[in-house]
Amino acid sequence: MLGNGVITLSKRREEAMGAKTETITLPIGKCTVTRKGSGPQLLLLHGGGGSIADHPVADRLAEKFEVIAPTHPGFNGTKIPDHFDGMPELVHFYLDILDALKIENAVLLGISMGGWLAAELASINCSYFSKVILVDAVGVKVGGPTDRDIMDVFGIPPDEAQKLMYHEQSNAPDLGSLSDEILAGIASNRIALGLYTWEPYMHNPKLPQRLHRITAPTLFIWGESDGLVTTDYGKAYAALIPGARFVAIPEAGHSPYAEQTDRFVSEVLAFTD
Amino acid sequence: MRTYWFTEDAYPDLPPQDEYESIRVNLPNSNFDPKRGNELYNWYLDLWCMAESYGLDIMNNEHHQTATCMVPAAPLMMSILARETSKARLLILGNPIANRRNPIRVAEEMALIDVISKGRLECGFVRGVPYEAAPANRTPLRGSQRLWEAHDMIMKAWTTHDGPFNYEGRWFHGRQINIWPRPYQQPAPPVWVTMGGRSSTTPVAKHKHIGAVFLAGYPRIREIYDGYREDYLQMHGEHAPFDRLAYLGLVFVGENEKKAREGAEKLLWYMSANKVPGYWSNPPGYHPPQISAQIMKGARGGAGIPLTASLEDQMARGNVFAGTPDQVYEQIKNFWEYSGGFGNMLMMGQAGFVTHEETETSMKLYSEEIFPRLRELEASTTPAEAWEKSKAMKQRDNVPLDGFALEFVR
Repeated sequence: MLGNGVITLSKRREEAMGAKTETITLPIGKCTVTRKGSGPQLLLLHGGGGSIADHPVADRLAEKFEVIAPTHPGFNGTKIPDHFDGMPELVHFYLDILDALKIENAVLLGISMGGWLAAELASINCSYFSKVILVDAVGVKVGGPTDRDIMDVFGIPPDEAQKLMYHEQSNAPDLGSLSDEILAGIASNRIALGLYTWEPYMHNPKLPQRLHRITAPTLFIWGESDGLVTTDYGKAYAALIPGARFVAIPEAGHSPYAEQTDRFVSEVLAFTD
Repeated sequence: MRTYWFTEDAYPDLPPQDEYESIRVNLPNSNFDPKRGNELYNWYLDLWCMAESYGLDIMNNEHHQTATCMVPAAPLMMSILARETSKARLLILGNPIANRRNPIRVAEEMALIDVISKGRLECGFVRGVPYEAAPANRTPLRGSQRLWEAHDMIMKAWTTHDGPFNYEGRWFHGRQINIWPRPYQQPAPPVWVTMGGRSSTTPVAKHKHIGAVFLAGYPRIREIYDGYREDYLQMHGEHAPFDRLAYLGLVFVGENEKKAREGAEKLLWYMSANKVPGYWSNPPGYHPPQISAQIMKGARGGAGIPLTASLEDQMARGNVFAGTPDQVYEQIKNFWEYSGGFGNMLMMGQAGFVTHEETETSMKLYSEEIFPRLRELEASTTPAEAWEKSKAMKQRDNVPLDGFALEFVR
């Protein structure tokens, strides 16, 4: 019998800093968006781990910006539209979102897979954005066919993948200790990540030929200890965008915003000031 | 009742299991000695020919990057058998068309085998087990949808005889499809599709295809067969004939209990050798999130199968039928009646280190002492009667599920 035991998974948060989460309906599908803070817009595109709208870094950024953090369909329990087969569908979904959310003169900040999405969007139409920040981003292949530029996160044990993501190993979550509900959420995000990145793996072979269209000032922020995509990869990626700067943050892995939040925020603020 | 004799063509000469991480996907092929491979391939072909000589039909399959099955191209092995044999039905179960890039190539290969064999092809289509995702570099997400689109394209290619047609679907595209040869059997060779759960039965029943179930055992067989039979009855207004359903189990028949046990224990290599880490059996999109989470947590064995399950447990589940001819007949009969009946026994008769002599003895005893009785069993009742009788039986779950069937069913 259902009844008292029913758990409502979709929680609407109205929390500190005026954070507001809403679901908007677009021609292609629904999108959950969290906004917090006020100031110039900062469009925050999350990576394969799911939304970081609740992460302290979002609050820090919200002290200066209106942080606008959509959840990519399929992450955090949201539905993947039936026709989605990969990144191209997500990119076109976001073209609608940019208009629906009235994105204007925004700082575009994309992390990991969200960095790939950001590079795609900025190369299609950079006029929405004042600055572009790519954090440990994937999206291009910089080596030859047999160079493993991007670690195959689906071809190594999940706990090993976690280790490659963190500089300080104790920061990596212990999967075995998580609740079934949280694990199912991680598994669900992993399915979405697989959908968007499976083949060609984590990149678009055509993207390098379009990156010159990113005309906004661009900064690459990289965790120096990132084992998924190394700083060499990041530097080669940065070299594909005219004038892009590259900064490595020591003692941080694939998620420098989490391991070195202060330094990360200060890099963002310095670049956007 | 037909019996399809099956071996997966294993390469069993491996180092101790604790010396490698996985038997699938990333086991280096330095472990494969081509000279030994040559012997094994030819031996397996001999075994299939022997099966024909004992009045059995033939089944093969394919997997990739694994020592559990050395055949990465089932049609190549079957095309040899199309020439080497003359009577047996030739079942490929199956072509992994959810992972294949070009369904038309499959349509052509199948038509070729059908013509060479004078219409003896039985053509199976499967989604593929999860560890096929990495070798195929195909996302498992929407695999079932891809399977059915590829299926539609192949059926159309087999049955169109008036020149080119176009098929422009979501995943597969052709503008001038006009295959040569066309199949020998008209309008098309019999089609088989594996069924892994209730949700997978409907399209199989809709097409009146043969629904095959691998190792679902007592715990799950009726959920799947009943689903197929309900769908079939509802859609076609008649009971599904027995020959629309198939069951794969491990079968070993010995002259006495001791020999039967020895042979059956060896046959269990098929299960015990399947050392696969969670990340190969858990590609994103294959399992629903809850099951995927359990694999990540390590609560389930990587292969979803208790590697240490004893012969008794496997027999209690209805995955293994082993013993003397009388015993094996009784075991299969019990399962057959419990399941509501099926017209195709898929007999996994050789695996791992089961020897030529043991294989032949088991095959011979099955063929001479069990198979005739199974045919009588089938002829003694009707699908409607057998189904009613099955419904009257209490659900039997001998051992915990542990998702056993989830990965072997496809």
